[in-house]
Amino acid sequence: MSESVATLRLALVGNPNCGKTALFNQLTGGRQKVANYAGVTVERKEGRFSAPSGRSFQLLDLPGAYSLEAASPDEVITRDVCLGHFPGETAPDAIVCVADATNLRLHLRFVLEVRRLGRPMVLALNMMDAARRRGIRIDVPKLEAALGIPVVETVAVQRGGAADLIARLDRELPAVAEFKSGNDLHAEVRAMLADAVSMPRRTAEIDDAIDRIVLHPMLGLGLLAVIMFLIFQAVFSWAAPLMEGIEAGVAFVGAWVGTGLASMPMLRSLVVDGIFAGVGGVLVFLPQILILFLFILALEESGYLPRAAFLLDRLMLKAGLTGRSFIPLLSSFACAIPGIMATRSIQDPRDRLTTILIAPLMTCSARLPVYALLIAAFIPDRSIAGIFNLQGVVLFTLYVAGIVSALGVAWVIKLLRRDKSEHALLMELPSYRIPHPRDIAIGLWERANIFLKRVGGIILSLTIILWFLSSFPGAPEGATEPAINYSFAGTLGHWLHAVFAPIGFNWQICIALVPGIAAREVAVSSLATVYALSGHEEGLQAIVASQWSLATALSLLAWYVFAPMCLSTLATVRRETNSWRQVWIMTGYLFALAYVASLLTYQIARAVSA
Amino acid sequence: MRLSELPQGSDAVVQEVENMSEGDPIARRLRDYGFVRGEPVRLVGRGPIGADPLLVQIGFTRFALRRAEAARVIIEPTA
Ligand SMILES: Nc1nc2c(ncn2[C@@H]2O[C@H](COP(=O)(O)OP(=O)(O)OP(=O)(O)O)[C@@H](O)[C@H]2O)c(=O)[nH]1
Ligand SMILES: [Mg+2]
Repeated sequence: MSESVATLRLALVGNPNCGKTALFNQLTGGRQKVANYAGVTVERKEGRFSAPSGRSFQLLDLPGAYSLEAASPDEVITRDVCLGHFPGETAPDAIVCVADATNLRLHLRFVLEVRRLGRPMVLALNMMDAARRRGIRIDVPKLEAALGIPVVETVAVQRGGAADLIARLDRELPAVAEFKSGNDLHAEVRAMLADAVSMPRRTAEIDDAIDRIVLHPMLGLGLLAVIMFLIFQAVFSWAAPLMEGIEAGVAFVGAWVGTGLASMPMLRSLVVDGIFAGVGGVLVFLPQILILFLFILALEESGYLPRAAFLLDRLMLKAGLTGRSFIPLLSSFACAIPGIMATRSIQDPRDRLTTILIAPLMTCSARLPVYALLIAAFIPDRSIAGIFNLQGVVLFTLYVAGIVSALGVAWVIKLLRRDKSEHALLMELPSYRIPHPRDIAIGLWERANIFLKRVGGIILSLTIILWFLSSFPGAPEGATEPAINYSFAGTLGHWLHAVFAPIGFNWQICIALVPGIAAREVAVSSLATVYALSGHEEGLQAIVASQWSLATALSLLAWYVFAPMCLSTLATVRRETNSWRQVWIMTGYLFALAYVASLLTYQIARAVSA
Repeated sequence: MRLSELPQGSDAVVQEVENMSEGDPIARRLRDYGFVRGEPVRLVGRGPIGADPLLVQIGFTRFALRRAEAARVIIEPTA
């Protein structure tokens, strides 16, 4: 290790979806998100690695760009970093340009554009495995000579697939000669391809074959519906045994700890009614969340998502959106925060803003526990037409309700703006890829970690706080009702009840709504705690089924379709739009929608059942 | 002829991309994608609703373009 050699600062630059982030992860051991569509990375990320010689490098992963003439906020970041205009940062010492070896007609043009910057650079020809499979032959020395920069082959998704790149970076990079690049970069690319690349076919045969089915006007839409439907079926039917296991485990440990603490009633109440009832109540939903993500991860890597966007573009256009909003909106099913971040790849600022405003209407995974609890309590576990699970159908309907109202809101925004101008689609459809089981397993592991951290962090803390607020002050002498009625939380709940009674919420729900703003799952853990403190011994699902009317349950479901979003989402909206106004607009409209929807649901359900 | 009028499954050669407005950003992006004079294109497919968007093959890449976007591309059909 020599101290004299300064760390070289490198930046990964290239077209979208060429494998920059996969390469970044390979080199730095990072875990940044990799997926098979353009616009996955929307931020500048930093990592470090060192070559076998001990020389150390700082590596930047950047959003993909089609051109340095940036057209969207993510491309602006890439341009600014390359040009040294990024706030608080000089231009990188060298550029690692990445190109997809199966897509050189498009990617080499950008390489030439980057070469004009005149910075030291090396070209990584990535996806060489796919190129070889397709019989694409690239004469690397010839390409090197034509480009005037070092060219190495990489396979970013294989262990050791970046060894050549590391070795090359370990040696001095030549200064780039002043190239008299003409104005016609396209002509230059064509000449290079003719000279150095032989391509048996312009596209992969398998992609053509799959697209004929997937993008078929009838079959394609049918398939999309089937896939979406299957996901929700699976969330319910596959998860059940696992959930029962977790529930039994939590109950067993809780009872055991409870017996141990029998001599200390206050502590026992905190541990049993607060922590075990509350946190355990959320923990059971881990299997469902993982199953949902299993599908999301597999779809993301397969290359299907841009196809779904293609099929739905026209529908989204009618609502004043673009097919490009599809992927950010789909990411919002995991959580609205990455979804809102992903809107950076949308070129048109108005489209971007609309997408941000409706992203919280996509049912995020934090809402799943609330839905699942109420569905399991009120909807019989029956099959209809022999194949569909009724609970899965109801869950699917709730998701659809979110989507439909999102389209409706987008449409209203379009009307209000009187917008008749053109909105761009211009979207690349990537090659299909078979998801790697190992990557999916890692992705699920990370999801489980995120969820467990939430459970152990914010959910646990809020549950404990709620326990205190629900236990103090204690009941006055001669009190007839459970002590919680006289506590801070009980008082607040009764007070809020005045506002929420018309939509059928009881005071227990009102209490749970408040911490639910910080993290939606907490609504479930809070209900569990509140009921446990009110002297109910059964599981939350059984309590809810016996204590609530169907109308109340439906009303709460409707509430959560629109549920005024969580605080972290609001903070993200503030950061991404740089405007408090948008935050208020969003909060206001969601709150109004939630209240009206619940009111209608409750009153109609009551009228019908009466 | 314009790319938006090309029958499904047919091939053509790009003539130019027209600006619809001053410095049209969509037209500029199309040129970056490789819609430049002499480049072969093929209309691979169409969306299910209103035959929009269009699935277009240019170079080694497939793009989804809306009709209005594809209408900027002037083409010469190949027999
Ligand atoms: N077969 C193969 N697939 C690869 C290789 N490198 C990346 N991929 C896949 O290519 C897709 C895109 O990879 P990313 O690393 O997300 O691409 P990116 O350049 O960071 O994309 P953006 O962030 O959208 O600009 C993913 O599906 C990867 O699994 C490779 O060398 N071989
Ligand atoms: Mg990336």
